[in-house]
Amino acid sequence: MKSIKHILILASIILATACSNDDDPEVVNEEELITTVTVTLTSQEDGTEIVLNSVDLDGDGPNEPVVTGGVLAANTIYTGSTKVLNETEDPAEDITEEVLEEGVDHQFFYSFANSLAIATYTDADENGDPIGITFTLSTSSAGSENLTVSLIHEPNKSGEGVIDGNITNADGETDAEVTFPLTIE
Amino acid sequence: MIKLLCKYVFAICITTTAFTQECQFSFKGKITDFHDNTSIIGASLQIENSNKFATTDFDGLFEFKNLCEGKYTIVIKHISCETKRVTVSVNKNTFQEITLEHHVEDLKEVIVTSTHNVTAKTNQTTKIDSKTIDEFSGKSLGDALKNVAGVSSINTGNTIVKPVINGLHSSRIIVMTDGVRLQDQEWGIEHAPNIDINNADKITVVKGANSLEFGGDAIGGVIVLEPSKYVLKDSIFGKTILGIQSNGRGGNLHSSITKTTKKGWFLNAKTTLKRFGDFNSPDYNLTNTGLASKAFSIHTGLKKFENGFTVDYSFINNNIGILKASHIGNIDDLVSAINNKEPLIVESFSYDINAPKQEINHHIFKIDYYKRFQDLGKLDIQYDFQKNQRYEYDIRVGDDKDKASIDLDLTTHSISSTFDFNNNLEKTYKIGVKGVYQNNFANPLTGVRRLIPDYDKFDAGIFAIGNYILNDKTTANVGLRYDFNYINAKKFYLKSRWTERGYDEEYGNLITGDYTTQWLVNPKFSFHNISASAGIVYQINDKNAILFNYGLSNRSPNASELFSDGLHHSAARIELGDLALQQEISNRISSTYNFTSNNTFISVETFFNNIHNFIYLEPTGTEQTIRGAFPVWEYKATNANLFGFDFTWRQKINNALLFSNKSSLTFGNDVKNNKSLIDIPAPSFKNSLEYKNVNWHQLSVRLDSELVLKQTNYPNNNFTTYLPTKDSYEVVDISSTPAGYHLLHLHTDAVFHLSKKTDLQISASVTNLLNTKYRDYLNRLRYYADDLGRNYNLQIKINY
Repeated sequence: MKSIKHILILASIILATACSNDDDPEVVNEEELITTVTVTLTSQEDGTEIVLNSVDLDGDGPNEPVVTGGVLAANTIYTGSTKVLNETEDPAEDITEEVLEEGVDHQFFYSFANSLAIATYTDADENGDPIGITFTLSTSSAGSENLTVSLIHEPNKSGEGVIDGNITNADGETDAEVTFPLTIE
Repeated sequence: MIKLLCKYVFAICITTTAFTQECQFSFKGKITDFHDNTSIIGASLQIENSNKFATTDFDGLFEFKNLCEGKYTIVIKHISCETKRVTVSVNKNTFQEITLEHHVEDLKEVIVTSTHNVTAKTNQTTKIDSKTIDEFSGKSLGDALKNVAGVSSINTGNTIVKPVINGLHSSRIIVMTDGVRLQDQEWGIEHAPNIDINNADKITVVKGANSLEFGGDAIGGVIVLEPSKYVLKDSIFGKTILGIQSNGRGGNLHSSITKTTKKGWFLNAKTTLKRFGDFNSPDYNLTNTGLASKAFSIHTGLKKFENGFTVDYSFINNNIGILKASHIGNIDDLVSAINNKEPLIVESFSYDINAPKQEINHHIFKIDYYKRFQDLGKLDIQYDFQKNQRYEYDIRVGDDKDKASIDLDLTTHSISSTFDFNNNLEKTYKIGVKGVYQNNFANPLTGVRRLIPDYDKFDAGIFAIGNYILNDKTTANVGLRYDFNYINAKKFYLKSRWTERGYDEEYGNLITGDYTTQWLVNPKFSFHNISASAGIVYQINDKNAILFNYGLSNRSPNASELFSDGLHHSAARIELGDLALQQEISNRISSTYNFTSNNTFISVETFFNNIHNFIYLEPTGTEQTIRGAFPVWEYKATNANLFGFDFTWRQKINNALLFSNKSSLTFGNDVKNNKSLIDIPAPSFKNSLEYKNVNWHQLSVRLDSELVLKQTNYPNNNFTTYLPTKDSYEVVDISSTPAGYHLLHLHTDAVFHLSKKTDLQISASVTNLLNTKYRDYLNRLRYYADDLGRNYNLQIKINY
């Protein structure tokens, strides 16, 4: 019976020590979270700056992203650059830097639903393939348009048409995907 | 067998020889049953290392005559008793009463007969023997259990295999290993039991919740793994299994060594290693599906009849790769994965295990003590400790590349005690209490919001079971159990989610902290659960028997069902728990008909299980995030009916040929919403034909056919989503079930006696002989890739 007593004492000590943990857990703010995608377009004709913005501060939470579209001029060439940020941190974390560092494993895609504009890459990774942080955007005729900006992680850059900006064969996975409504006048 | 033993005892009796010497002392005695003091008739006694024998008469009396002065060791044997050794000093005519233990369990033919587990024969139980377990040495517990009609599995690929009993799995199944209830985060579909199958010598599957000793919440059933039993003799023996497989280009090595002594001491050590690279389907390589597993265990203790103890420790480390092509970013990726007939990523064969992957460590430490009280029964006290560490690695970028996305540490302490009143064979009772403390720690360093929060959990249970032999033909069993569950969690909710869930009003008082975008919430929930069981078995005649049983069980919602909130990266879906969930209440009735003759065994099992508050996970729509849209899956409760039939038939055609069939049909309906339940196994039919030649190295050649039909009863959870890259709306078909399939497997083995003590068994087998392409409904990776292609296995087993 002695051993029973020992077991009971041992167990009660363990239970007693294990229960005395009352600290609050540490909060986790998603580190790789992209909350914000900002596309800045500067007209090569008159220097007008148009800023397209999508912000989703609760990340994977239920709130929908707040999207700000823009008005572009027809038959105009714009110099474009895209930034991705995590604005839940203070100061905001610029994730574009990580994308640039690991350029080989990332690529932005710019798709126009109604083909009223095209985008052309103006940057390159170590292998000479585009990353898509900078680009030029050329509009054609007037009309309404949807621009979808996608950031793909580990794309297959040797897929057909991928280095020209066609997402169809890019595979990989989506880190960000935002659709901006545009009006071309 | 018993007849044979009787002959043996009789033979000993008549060979008793007179021993003429000058010594004149006599040693008389009486042998009685330890449990009820009745005389034991026909026990054989031998003075060790001599040819002096005796047998007890109708009053349990025996006599040795003509003994010299000195010390004698007497070996006492009786059918269904443990052999006992007694030392007596003889210096005059001596009388001594000796108690012997009748194996109560064996006499009653109870199904589970270890020192811990007595499961009534009134349950629907099926055993898996050590030969079958050895055949699955290189595979998993879930694979081996599929040999039982009515047991299937829910898989993530081919290395994460969770058993499903009559359509139910995860928290609805209790896994007992060597008397310890496994606590290894069993809530998730992609969390397979962390057990080395090689640790078991026998596996018993109990369908339904009638084994109240193990818990009151096993709505699906209980899986009991038991280690081998030891014989009281000085011995050392071992076993080594070496297997290689073509698919996965890997193998497994298992070794076990045991030392036992006459006095009851034993020591057993086991180790298992498994290593596989990428597996392949008939047409392509399944990139990143490798496996590395290491397991070790040590068991030691003293097993005497009156008392004994054991100290066990076991450890397993699993490193499991998950198909690379199954890692998807958002709905667009899911749509393209489903629409693509082949996985989007196929690379050449590799042994590397990269993200996405799981790494799990599981430790079990157990100490247990038992003592038998004459004329009363057996007391058992046990303490066990378990630590389960789970890391899930996702494909991540930048500094977080090598960081786990999920890092959970689950620690469980249990203390339990049972008393088995088994002095009267006709009426035995068992009572027990159990206390459990559990802590879950979710490491914040992952940088990913916790899907499962930190929590403390306390469980207390008390039960009583009675077993009655009513007459020669009828045995009955009743049981009652009460459980108290308390969970105290500390959970962060996104403020937006908290409001969207409508928790503000009802649970606003639970908020204990404000962290800008998140609330810290401290839910404390208590549940009181009553479970009950009743069963009766009636042996109509030698060949026919029927069995009925009823079980009431309650299962409290688990941490995942209550608190999930957020993106489950490995499933690419947002999973939402519900704080308002109540416990599931199951009422299950079942019946079995058994026919047993020399050449035929037939078992027909039926069941009906009504589950009130059945908790399930269902897609309810999509949510837009900056990464695109994700499907939202919510935990909900409904009322469900499950019913089905399991059929087993073994037919000896002649001395060499054996045919067997195992068939299962399972149906599940959501009664509230009038639709089918998700993830109910499709009808399956397994036939096998075995040729045996006992005269030539126990040769066995077996052809297995496995037919699984298309599941036609499934809920339609398809949804429509906008694909911005295509500027179109598309239906995401996550519901349609794959086509039925038929597989053939060939297995052959033979045993060679190398020496008196050494046996060598060689087995060779081919699974999926015809290299058939197929996908299984209950494999989560069925959207992405075909199942395994042909696999050649070669295995060598040495017993020494």
